[in-house]
Amino acid sequence: MSKLRILVPIKRVIDYATKPHVNRTQTAVMTANVKHSMNPFDELSIEEAVRLRERNTTPVEEIVAFSAGPPKAQDILRTAMAIGADRSIHVVVEEKDALEPLGVAKLLQKVVDEQKSNLVILGKQSIDDDAGQTGQMLAGLLNWAQATQASKVSIEGESVTVTREVDGGVETLKTKLPMVITTDLRLNEPRYASLPNIMKAKKKKLEKKTLADYGLAENLKLKTIKVTEPPTRKGGVKVEDVDGMISKLKELGAL
Amino acid sequence: MFSVARQSVLRRARTQLRSAQPTTLPQYSALARLLSTLAVLEQREGKLNVSSLAAITAGTKLGGSITAFVAGSGAKAVADEAAKVKGVDKIIYVENGAYDKGLPENFAPLLVENIKKGGFTHVFAGHSAFGKNIMPRVAALLDSQQISDITEIESEDTFVRPIYAGNAILTVQSSDSIKVITVRGTAFPSPETDGGSAALEEGVDPKVESPTEWVSEDLAKSDRPDLGSADKVVSGGRGLKSKEEFDRLMPPLADALGAAIGASRAAVDSGFADNSLQVGQTGKNVAPQLYLCAGISGAIQHLAGMKDSKVIAAINKDPDAPIFQVADVGLVGDLFDKVPELTEKLKAQ
Repeated sequence: MSKLRILVPIKRVIDYATKPHVNRTQTAVMTANVKHSMNPFDELSIEEAVRLRERNTTPVEEIVAFSAGPPKAQDILRTAMAIGADRSIHVVVEEKDALEPLGVAKLLQKVVDEQKSNLVILGKQSIDDDAGQTGQMLAGLLNWAQATQASKVSIEGESVTVTREVDGGVETLKTKLPMVITTDLRLNEPRYASLPNIMKAKKKKLEKKTLADYGLAENLKLKTIKVTEPPTRKGGVKVEDVDGMISKLKELGAL
Repeated sequence: MFSVARQSVLRRARTQLRSAQPTTLPQYSALARLLSTLAVLEQREGKLNVSSLAAITAGTKLGGSITAFVAGSGAKAVADEAAKVKGVDKIIYVENGAYDKGLPENFAPLLVENIKKGGFTHVFAGHSAFGKNIMPRVAALLDSQQISDITEIESEDTFVRPIYAGNAILTVQSSDSIKVITVRGTAFPSPETDGGSAALEEGVDPKVESPTEWVSEDLAKSDRPDLGSADKVVSGGRGLKSKEEFDRLMPPLADALGAAIGASRAAVDSGFADNSLQVGQTGKNVAPQLYLCAGISGAIQHLAGMKDSKVIAAINKDPDAPIFQVADVGLVGDLFDKVPELTEKLKAQ
């Protein structure tokens, strides 16, 4: 019986609690001097990988965290290792050269091959670009099974059962390794890294690579024309009581 | 029908004539291919999923020919139904039970075959659970960088979509020859479902085996309007304190208004409401005539899913809750008093 070799791709994004602002030239969202953290869905991915090891229904040989991002992305890789990843790979890509989901998927395809991974767990979307594509693209390129928006994962031997969140409820799928899973919010509750584990993570291996190491170059297919602030809603009114609310809603034509 | 692509195509054609240069063949074929959309429709147990018709609306906004696609057992019947939808020229259907559950492992290669055969330049699908699951896989197989959840079409290669939970609006231009796009349903209202007369055609079926097997589903049953397309939505948050209170207060209010019920992430995480009711960045996007919420503070992730509502009304006991910055009508008060009172007064009308 084969063991799980899990690859967990993670992304450094603007912290979810921070309100993003568009720069003056309308070319991007301002990221300098803004708090960054691990994409929330990626925390769930790491946590799930660690739980798979703890459950041990199929032995986990290795959990490798991966990020393609600016030099600072190594901070989130350290966090991932403090939560329980064994080692990590960092493909250094400057922020201005950020990859598109298809580029990331092509890079991951090479990494999967190199690391001989048989399970890739990704977040269902990154909260900056909100594209929600990378996992599905990777599964397509690898011609592997995929289960997106997973809220429950169980692995017995090579057999995988995943419950997915779909419109209107949940559905359950059964498939076989190797596969790609993307995580939804309800999958688990990520743990906090303890101080001893944070210290230990500093000693874990973090390998630095470049796109060229994987024989890839950036090849952006989408060009940003502009980034703008969304239209702001006009400040509304506060009413005194329920009657006031009903009459105001009627006035606005909502009732 | 307003058609951006047609305008720009004309413009391009005119420029070519004016330039009096010998026009080369590739340019002509590029023009001929320019306006060919495939709209991927969803079906469920032989019934057309009406919300997936947003893909057709996107096609009509772009201009040019629109072919719709449907697969599954009973696809022919669904195609007959979809043939009446206004704006569709042709429907490709593939009758095969293997496609009933929309498994991406076989559905994606099926789409790729039909896209290649039809020579489409644009492939639209709704940004639903189905579209989100399948389309990126299709895009990767076509070596195309998908554009997700668009809200506007500026021209045949330029599209508008929200990023950062709707806190920024991105306009992007695609250089892909086949543009794979998912559309936000609330931004592309369904077309008229009669008056059309599309031709039916059987599609190619590569019959790829799926390694994944569909086991079961558990869908929340409700007689209420569908959350994604309802005219009115009432939504509850953490302030409701428990599932019992949520169930006691929200359904009667929804009934009084004929509204769908939604919830904030906090309410879903605390088990007050089903996951499928979550409104926000990672849940459903809604844009009803009226969004009435109680006990929701208004975190940016929640606002992402509802701030395009026509009228927003909020009941919250915290006068400084961020929800009041977007609400057209705000009532500061205890929802345990105000919601039942509102329900009674609405019923009495």
